[in-house]
Amino acid sequence: MTFRLDQLPKTKYVLPGNAACAGCGMMIGWKILGMALGEESVLTIPASCASVVQGLSPKSGINMPILNVPFASAAAVATGISEAFKTLGVRGHAVVWAGDGGTADIGFAALSGAAERNSDIIYIMYDNEAYMNTGIQRSSSTPRSAWTTTTPSGKRERKKDVALLMAMHGAPYVATASIAYPQDFYRKLKRAAEIEGFKFIHLHTPCPPGWRFDPAKTVEVARLAVETGAWILWEYDNGHFKLNPPSTLYADKSKRKPLREYLKLQGRFAHLTDDDIKTLEAEVEEKWRFLLSLVHKS
Amino acid sequence: MRAVAVQKLALTGNYAVAYAVKMAKPHVIAAYPITPQTSIVEKLSEFVERGELKARFVNVESEFSAMSVVYGAAMAGARVFTATSSHGLLYMYEAAWWAALSRAPVVMAVVTRTIGPPWNIHVEHNDILTLRDSGWVIAMAETVQEAFDLTLQAFRIAESALLPTAVGVDGFILSHSTEPVEIPPQDVVDKFLPPRNPNAPMTLRPGVPVAFGNLPSDNRMHARHKVAVYNAHQEAKGLVRQADYEYGKLTGRSYGGLVETFKMGDAKHVVVCAGSWCSDAKDAVAKLREAGLPVGLMRLRFIRPFPTEEVRRLDDYDTVIVYDRDITPSGGVLGVEVKAALSRAKVVNIVAGIAGVDFDSRGFYQTIQDAVEGKYKEVEFVV
Repeated sequence: MTFRLDQLPKTKYVLPGNAACAGCGMMIGWKILGMALGEESVLTIPASCASVVQGLSPKSGINMPILNVPFASAAAVATGISEAFKTLGVRGHAVVWAGDGGTADIGFAALSGAAERNSDIIYIMYDNEAYMNTGIQRSSSTPRSAWTTTTPSGKRERKKDVALLMAMHGAPYVATASIAYPQDFYRKLKRAAEIEGFKFIHLHTPCPPGWRFDPAKTVEVARLAVETGAWILWEYDNGHFKLNPPSTLYADKSKRKPLREYLKLQGRFAHLTDDDIKTLEAEVEEKWRFLLSLVHKS
Repeated sequence: MRAVAVQKLALTGNYAVAYAVKMAKPHVIAAYPITPQTSIVEKLSEFVERGELKARFVNVESEFSAMSVVYGAAMAGARVFTATSSHGLLYMYEAAWWAALSRAPVVMAVVTRTIGPPWNIHVEHNDILTLRDSGWVIAMAETVQEAFDLTLQAFRIAESALLPTAVGVDGFILSHSTEPVEIPPQDVVDKFLPPRNPNAPMTLRPGVPVAFGNLPSDNRMHARHKVAVYNAHQEAKGLVRQADYEYGKLTGRSYGGLVETFKMGDAKHVVVCAGSWCSDAKDAVAKLREAGLPVGLMRLRFIRPFPTEEVRRLDDYDTVIVYDRDITPSGGVLGVEVKAALSRAKVVNIVAGIAGVDFDSRGFYQTIQDAVEGKYKEVEFVV
């Protein structure tokens, strides 16, 4: 699928008057979601930034149908919507738009259940790598060493890789994406919409107040995550792993920018020592080694 | 007038519920196993597998997800059912409240069971009574037949009041006891229970950009939404009575609406209770009558909406004895609630049968006598 951004639908799904912070990465992703599936989806949203940025009822800053639901329930509620649509003869996708806390932590049992049952939903985890809505607390998706209000000297554990966990459930479609690469995310949404069963997209969405960077640099930070190899674009489609551009290029370590360039833009990593950075670099390398082994075996 | 072609089957309480659910033709069922509820959903999954029930049966990984699945399906317009007990109900508690305040017409069987620790699978009413402040309608069956009848009525009440409805079926005493059950013909059930309106409480469809549940611009909006649930419960009283009346016309079985009364006409003392042990209580009341004690009985078929108007009639009697198969730090739930509805100074509240302890008609006979003779404090524990 090749297209230019200016060929995408012009209907606005993220409206002026929504309550997002300046430079919110999640809202960039939401615009792409609207372009791809805006007319054919019902969104299920658990407690998260996404439940707040809609703005105040009885109005909504998002031009899509939304059911706001309890924190841990999204994958199950969307399953119910999907099953209802099937029996009532309604055409459309049950889509979850959930943060990393609602997905990787409190919502993980429901998520794993939906993946194992192969429920016919599209689950998008927008990953801002901490509990941003409650004021920047650590989640299992926070990267090692990152400052949060509950890890004042930096997180001591590694980031949970939810997309790989979903692939290990045998889901028919799993992908990672980044708001810096909207065409790639758009294509993955469209691909997910073609497939029957459980689909999971893990979307990297930088957060200026939570990661401590200039709100003008959201896309730059997201792009550097990919260019340094810290965030890898891949998909698992019908049992096969493959890398997606531009990450295809960064399989060659020499093509990647130094990890430091990604880290130095973010205040949450300002306290890192050279040794800390070496540890993070080694983890990036390990992640690549593991992922490439999956790609090669496919 | 009795309907023709009534089928009579020997069913356990759980199977009676499953047969009623099948005849209600739900679209989506989700459940997680827990004793003593499990055989309801086992039977339903059999009906679905055999093609006798065209519903989607979703096996979930927890009760929290069971409630979440049926909640999502109900909000999308489906007729839904789930069932649970005890710790399962506690585990789904957040989703249960969310369903009530969304006005989602979920129907759930609660096969009542003791809350631990220690682990104990026997009957107690504390589990279903935790729903009492949430907005759920709460019904309690006395017999296997009534478990069947109430389940059908629950769908109609839930979908007309837009309130989720729980049907209490006492663990083992009803759930695993076999009784003959009259099954009305499907066309009679269809007449009683028409298909639900898929666009209430809201239209959740692709292309219809309505958001449900985002932050209120004015907290008074949210407050009014909560008061609307209170008002819906007041209105539901009429719907419960109407459902009982119309069901009676179609099937020959009417129970009296929110409460059933037994030998109350010329009584001086009244027993109040809910659930299956009311049969034991009735037996004791009948025997005490033979012994010359003017006692009657009021059975609460519904605990939400609370039958305030019916309960107020108890002010005319000399002694009011409320039996609770539940226990809280302030006594029994029904004891507190009945007393709150009355203007009298004293209500005798007997907390018995908790944790599945046997309490039969002899227990009722003795304790009613003792209560009438003034031997009891305000709250008396029989354990």
